[in-house]
Amino acid sequence: MAMQAQQIESLIRDAFPDAKITITDTAGDGNHWAAEVVDESFRTMNRVQQQRAVYASLKGKMDGPNGALHALALTTKAPE
Amino acid sequence: MSAQDTIKQTVTSNDVVLYMKGTKEMPQCGFSSRVAGVLNFMGVEFTDVNVLADADIRQGIKDYTDWPTIPQLYVKGEFVGGSDIITEMTLSGELDKLFDDNSIDYSKEAADKIRASNA
Repeated sequence: MAMQAQQIESLIRDAFPDAKITITDTAGDGNHWAAEVVDESFRTMNRVQQQRAVYASLKGKMDGPNGALHALALTTKAPE
Repeated sequence: MSAQDTIKQTVTSNDVVLYMKGTKEMPQCGFSSRVAGVLNFMGVEFTDVNVLADADIRQGIKDYTDWPTIPQLYVKGEFVGGSDIITEMTLSGELDKLFDDNSIDYSKEAADKIRASNA
């Protein structure tokens, strides 16, 4: 079952309440997403730690061949 | 040997390892294709592991580094990142520096070409 942009944003929002989150449907097929997450907490993390934290917020939705999220391109950074 | 032991042995006995869907000659996913394409273009000698060929490794590599997606790039046994991180590092020049620091051969000229065409 594919996910909607709102569901993706809401999962990330639970973990990063103050983040600027932008979700884009990159292929227009409801199955390939890009998420940009800008959050102050990223300032002290390297990229791997930042993305690991976002993946954790998605609570297993990325996992496995039957994961609800097939393709999610991630951009993470701290505010300028 | 357990999947975790196999992975540890693979990433520590090869300088550059890419866990990917498909092979470097025939990637089977856009994200894997992008990273393999960068490494191929930069002339980096790397070991490719096709996770589609082994279900234990496919799950095992996600557990190994607590990272839920494929591809995964390792240099000298250290996890570097997935396709988004590798793309950013290629464009910023950080990937060049990582290879320099680890004495991995690559074409600086090719890396500059990638940056020029994505500027």
